[in-house]
Amino acid sequence: MAKKRTVRTIHQERTPVRELDPLIRARNFEEVNCGYTELEAIRESERCLFCPDPKCIAGCPVSVNIPDFIQKLGERDYRGAYDVITATNLLPAVCGRVCPQENQCEGVCTVGETLVSVAIGRMERFIGDLAITNGWINKPYIQPSRSTNGAPFKIGIVGSGPSGMACAADMAKAGCDVTVFEAFHEAGGVLRYGIPDFRLPNTVVDAEIEKLKQLGVKFECNVLVGRLFTIEQMIEEEGFHAVFIGTGAGYPTMLGIPGDSLNGVLSANELLTRCNLMRARDFPNVDTPLPLGKHVVVVGAGNTAMDALRVSKRLGAESVTCVYRRSKTECPARAEEVHHAEQEGIEFHWLSNPVEILSDGDGSVRAIRCIRMELGAPDDSGRRRPVPVPGSEFEIETDEVVYAIGTNANPIIGQTSKLKLNKRGYIETDNKLMTSIAGVFAGGDIVTGAATVIEAMGAGRKAARGMKAYLGIRDVGPIHRGATGDGRATSLFGIDAREHNFTRVRVAQ
Amino acid sequence: MITKTAPIRSDKKPFEILTREDYSPVTYMLEVHHPQMARAAQPGQFVIVMSHATGERIPLTIADFDREKGTITLVIQAVGKTTMEMQQSCQVGTVLYGIAGPMGIPSHVSSAKKVVCVGGGLGVAPVYPQARAQKENGAYVIGVLGFRNKDLVFWEDKFRAICDELIICTDDGSAGIKGFVTDGIKQAIAKHPDIDEVVAIGPPVMMKASAQATRAAGIKTMVSLNPIMVDGTGMCGGCRVKVGESVKFACVDGPDFDGHQVDFDDLMVRLKRYKEEERVATERWSESCRMNGSPMATAA
Repeated sequence: MAKKRTVRTIHQERTPVRELDPLIRARNFEEVNCGYTELEAIRESERCLFCPDPKCIAGCPVSVNIPDFIQKLGERDYRGAYDVITATNLLPAVCGRVCPQENQCEGVCTVGETLVSVAIGRMERFIGDLAITNGWINKPYIQPSRSTNGAPFKIGIVGSGPSGMACAADMAKAGCDVTVFEAFHEAGGVLRYGIPDFRLPNTVVDAEIEKLKQLGVKFECNVLVGRLFTIEQMIEEEGFHAVFIGTGAGYPTMLGIPGDSLNGVLSANELLTRCNLMRARDFPNVDTPLPLGKHVVVVGAGNTAMDALRVSKRLGAESVTCVYRRSKTECPARAEEVHHAEQEGIEFHWLSNPVEILSDGDGSVRAIRCIRMELGAPDDSGRRRPVPVPGSEFEIETDEVVYAIGTNANPIIGQTSKLKLNKRGYIETDNKLMTSIAGVFAGGDIVTGAATVIEAMGAGRKAARGMKAYLGIRDVGPIHRGATGDGRATSLFGIDAREHNFTRVRVAQ
Repeated sequence: MITKTAPIRSDKKPFEILTREDYSPVTYMLEVHHPQMARAAQPGQFVIVMSHATGERIPLTIADFDREKGTITLVIQAVGKTTMEMQQSCQVGTVLYGIAGPMGIPSHVSSAKKVVCVGGGLGVAPVYPQARAQKENGAYVIGVLGFRNKDLVFWEDKFRAICDELIICTDDGSAGIKGFVTDGIKQAIAKHPDIDEVVAIGPPVMMKASAQATRAAGIKTMVSLNPIMVDGTGMCGGCRVKVGESVKFACVDGPDFDGHQVDFDDLMVRLKRYKEEERVATERWSESCRMNGSPMATAA
């Protein structure tokens, strides 16, 4: 940096990112956002002010050293930038795509006070993708850790979603023997079944899982923990020294209005799982069916709702409509997703609440009856509470209604273990994320309720720290975090390279 | 009936099919190697099976398990594309692409003294482990098994070995009494006024009729539901059923429910959801079979 940058001297416009044409992409599952080119990423990196008090780091749930990676990117030290990000964030290619940056790092960016904030997520994705293309895998010096019998600690991870992956990575880096159990036939959790290809291609998920395997993490699919063996059995009989539960909050909520059980009413989870994991969009070349609605209505306006809307459009629906009881301002989806959905021709009925699903007389959906809402006084969430406008009911003709109105705790672990749950069925933990059973940790949606990928990852890492403390593994991460970056790889995956007592550990190929 | 069994080897593959038996042109039994699941399985639970990488995930009730041999038994009826294809592909020595479970809440083996276990058609298989568990629990077990005709009868010996009484019903009277399982249930109730519980498993229409047959006498009647599902872990909600005033997910809240509370009409409508797709897939598959010069002959 020759000269100190100021808001006046930097590029005033955020570097735009190329996107597929809305009319074309609404008919395929290609990724919408094409990502930055090298020159675009560098141009955008020049917009960072390198604030002395970087608010973006605080805005990131896993505290990625954002100015540091942007600086390295600007210096074309991409590998260095990758090392900075992966010191705290396991999945840059994923998070660059699916984090709600506008509410996190970009939401507090100083540039954003005057101009449009620095496009941190897009740059993160650029680095993440570059790492995948070039096959960068940090094969770190793995901390030696041994249980009393001399063998590595055996760690079981229940669920292969973002929290489980993050916890698995940290424990593998601490020299543990880590096995991830997944009930589905493919690993990845919500990254696999939930988020569609046009937002997060499967190849990216594959690449991130491959990195974990390189760290020595084993994946066992088709294993429903709780039912095939219990959490207690893992500790007492199967020799796991510690267990992490990241089973998520996958139990979908139905509206509880008349017509809920009609054919053609389904949860967004079902729609997305059929389309993404089971690839039903290729039916009948694959066996899982997914009947195409001609006129699809999606209830809700979170990220899952946006995914459901845009998937329906791509599956060939003639009209796709979003019904949400609050206004666009309150809608919880990422701004980019709403924008993309609008571009693709999704209709939005803001301030509308379904009251009944109407039958065609033969067990299927004919229409949805809604009532207009207006915003009243703020509620507990701080958002203005929607209240119905009397006599404002209207009908939308539809043959498929998708509920994307939130999820509840998955009940299986609760049914099969003595773990203490709260009254809503989520697992209770202490501040280190340890549950009521010693050595058993939990994190992600199964503790907090539905949240984001990055928050789940943060929880997985926090649980890993708790786990290391519980097992008596020295945790070098927090001690050396922030050591001055005098070259790359000073801190690989949170492990300080200047620690002297490392043992070179062979990792799985 | 031909039983094919794999030679005894120590190096069995995960999810390997060790034994296969064809009970009828459309009904076949697979014994699958899965020691861990054989240890965990309880009566009333089910599995999700995927036969190949682009296949469907289909729920199948566990018809039996053998903890010593490390196997679980599935009895399958070739009714749609997947099950017809499996009838061809699932031979001894082949492996299933995926099998996850045991899923669902195990059947509650009550302290009932006298129990009627009712199986209709394919439901005969999953009611077997329940009947056996009741017997092991010291109950007097009356089996009522319903088939269309005597050629479709299977597992009669297995039931005879664990039932105190066995009533076979066939639609045409070619075996046992002529009539439906409801006739068998009525016969059992008439003979035994002290029946504590009825367990009925089979097609929804048969479970509905069974629940009606016991309603007047006020006999507790448990049914096992098998609605359409994708994951089997409480995630998709496709298997939701109306039970009394509430909506339950059969995969994690069931699959056993109080038969007097279940809304069978709703269940039957929901089971038709993918009828058209099923027809397309089946036709397409039969077509491709003919093209390959191997019509569905293996069943015969």
